[in-house]
Amino acid sequence: MFLLSTRKRLRQAGVLGINERNADYIMRLNPRRYYPRVDDKVLTKKLALEAGMPVPELYGVIESQGQVRHFLRVVEGREAFVVKPAHGSGGEGIIVIVGRSKRKSDAFRLANGLLITASEIEHHISNVVGGQYSLGGKPDSAIIEYCVRFDPMFSEVSYQGVPDVRIIVYRGYPVMSMVRLPTRNSDGKANLHQGAVGAGIDISTGQTLTGVLGNEVVDEHPDTGAPIAGLYIPHWDYILQSAARSLAVTGLGYVGVDMVIDRDLGPLILEMTARPGLNIQIANGTGLAHRLKRIDEIFDPDADPVERARIARREFATEQQRPLPL
Amino acid sequence: MRNRYVLVLAATLTVLGVAMFTYKWRVLGFPLTDQQVTPTWTVETTIRFDSGPGSIRVDLQIPTLTPGFRTLEEYSVSRNYAFAINYVGVDRRAQWTVRRADGRQTLYYRIVVYPDRDSEHTDLTPPLPIPPVIDEPLGTAVDVIVSDVREHSADEGSFAAVLLRMMNNPSPNPNVELLLADVNTAAQFVERAILVLNSERIPARMVHAIPLDGQARNVQPVPWLEIHDGESWRFFNPSTGAEGLPDNYLIWWRGNQPLVSIEGGSRLEASFAVQRNVVDAMVIARHRAEQRESRLIDFSLFALPIQTQAVYGILIMIPIGALVMVFMRNVIGIESFGTFMPVLIALAFRETMLVSGIILFTVLVALGLSIRFLLERLRLLLVPRLAAVLIVVVLLMLIISIVSHQLGMATGLSVALFPMVIIAMTIERMSVVWEERGAGDAIKAGVGSMVVAVLAYIVMGLDWLEYLVFAFPELLLVVLAVVLLLGRYTGYRLSELRRFKALARP
Repeated sequence: MFLLSTRKRLRQAGVLGINERNADYIMRLNPRRYYPRVDDKVLTKKLALEAGMPVPELYGVIESQGQVRHFLRVVEGREAFVVKPAHGSGGEGIIVIVGRSKRKSDAFRLANGLLITASEIEHHISNVVGGQYSLGGKPDSAIIEYCVRFDPMFSEVSYQGVPDVRIIVYRGYPVMSMVRLPTRNSDGKANLHQGAVGAGIDISTGQTLTGVLGNEVVDEHPDTGAPIAGLYIPHWDYILQSAARSLAVTGLGYVGVDMVIDRDLGPLILEMTARPGLNIQIANGTGLAHRLKRIDEIFDPDADPVERARIARREFATEQQRPLPL
Repeated sequence: MRNRYVLVLAATLTVLGVAMFTYKWRVLGFPLTDQQVTPTWTVETTIRFDSGPGSIRVDLQIPTLTPGFRTLEEYSVSRNYAFAINYVGVDRRAQWTVRRADGRQTLYYRIVVYPDRDSEHTDLTPPLPIPPVIDEPLGTAVDVIVSDVREHSADEGSFAAVLLRMMNNPSPNPNVELLLADVNTAAQFVERAILVLNSERIPARMVHAIPLDGQARNVQPVPWLEIHDGESWRFFNPSTGAEGLPDNYLIWWRGNQPLVSIEGGSRLEASFAVQRNVVDAMVIARHRAEQRESRLIDFSLFALPIQTQAVYGILIMIPIGALVMVFMRNVIGIESFGTFMPVLIALAFRETMLVSGIILFTVLVALGLSIRFLLERLRLLLVPRLAAVLIVVVLLMLIISIVSHQLGMATGLSVALFPMVIIAMTIERMSVVWEERGAGDAIKAGVGSMVVAVLAYIVMGLDWLEYLVFAFPELLLVVLAVVLLLGRYTGYRLSELRRFKALARP
């Protein structure tokens, strides 16, 4: 009985379940043949650049075990960089290097302050190339790219890492978004299931709402204690418009766009995913289903990304902060 | 749109599966459990006689058309006698012949029958009988009875019923009294009834039935009346006039021929003994299917060699395990490694048994995992590392087997080829999840896999279910239909009700 009433209330709140997301949205709107466009980060980067979306600069790609030894040459003259698998998912296999050791010439400093030697990084790269982080263990390539220096406005609400903004884009319309804040538990990574805090963002204003840690609602950052709600995301218009372009770039009708806000370069597209998670609903305190239905009602095939971003801002205002459950 | 296709497909599969299942169950009588038995009746005729000087020939009437029963087997026990079965008109006769015999002789004829309501009763339509010429004064009495009965009846059936009632009247009218004047046995009573029926040009004959009732010796055949109404033969109880043949009456022979006759012998006696037995219902079902020339039985798994059957006994349960997996994943929402890893683990449990399997599995996976992390520190490349894990798992199993053997435990030895591969795969998957998502997720998924595996093992190990699927593989079509439907299940998973409970505020 209890389960039935919970089920009914979730339906009323428009909460989207995994089965429904997979069957009715992902399988219907995301043709399998377009998956490489989001699964292969090298390809994503190339397509995004062609579409005029800003991305972090690519320093180099290591595609085979033989190229692993070129690693030091790729990062020559770079102080900070990120190593990540081209086919990784869920933020796995990413190493963030924020600087070089002053004493040891072949040592680098990680985001958490620890040192890592070049040979350790090379081992990691060879694991990445060997396919440890790719789906099904297939051989992969490692991307070495620009390390984002995040906007100072986030320094109070993130712990050693780069917060990113996740936007769910449905048929080209941004429908829901959140900012993901790294914590000590998430080891500086911005993935919710690794322990990062997610905070919903009011689409119409770009203002953060309460956060979610795991499946629980929180309103303070667990490490810094700073309030999460009420922050204004900078360049919000630009972020929504960039996200809205993802339809044309990927051909996917239900996509999660991850962006970071660089101190100097502004919003950059980090990656996109064809299977965005559902915890964003908890972070926003509301379900996705109603918004998806609303887009189906007002869908306009001729609207351009700027127009779609404008309509999203008009449609999806969060009326007021919902009271926190006790 | 897509939903409709799935629904139509699932409905079609279900109808197909259930239809085949029902046919085999209701019509061919496939039993629903392997414990199910069907009663059978063994009727034994014992013939005793004194042999004469010359050659001997014994003829015994034996069952031919047996409404309500089917013959499973029949045979005769008779030393030195040649045995043959002859068809004479509608009769069937067993015939024993011998050139010379000495002293008192005993012959046995034995038949095993089982009840089958559908056993057909196809019989010839007899010609209309010519009214018999009856001597006076009986002729007049019969004429009066016929006109009397005709007045009270509408057709052949009611004629027979009214006639029998009149003949059974405790205070009969003079004509009936005359008709039954020198009647001493039930058989003679039926003969007189047939005489009257034939005068009305109703085809009629006597049948002799053996009541099958528990265990009995010296069973006497019961004479019964059978008349033909132009469409079919109908039975009447000669002592009440009620229509029908009791369910437990096996018709042994028809007509007024004697049960047994002999040439070249004397002091002939015949007696019946009845014995109730039970036979594996599947034997009867297969026999019945053969009788009906149904091809279905040829395509059943029982037609395969025993060894192949044993393999399929396991294989055919995999879909059931997969169904459990689908249900646990998409309806309950339990995390597990891989898609069908738990089903494979469950299969491995079949070889190791449940409790020892769980212990063995946990110990091996834990040991294997720790060794894998040691290997991780050596910074090996991916594939060599996997190979190293596999080798270590083999070694671990070897050690466990040897140690447990030394300690006198048998379970360690039951680790076979198949579970080993599964354990190695589990270790690899688990270690990848461990590294990528942390120990919490890995252990959660590991426990989830174990829960699903144990559940799948329990369900796949249900004897009745295993038998049911084996005897009725068409039920897998229904399983397929359910899986298809679950494939379009877009409701919440049980675990999501918890996950999103923060959003379920009223």
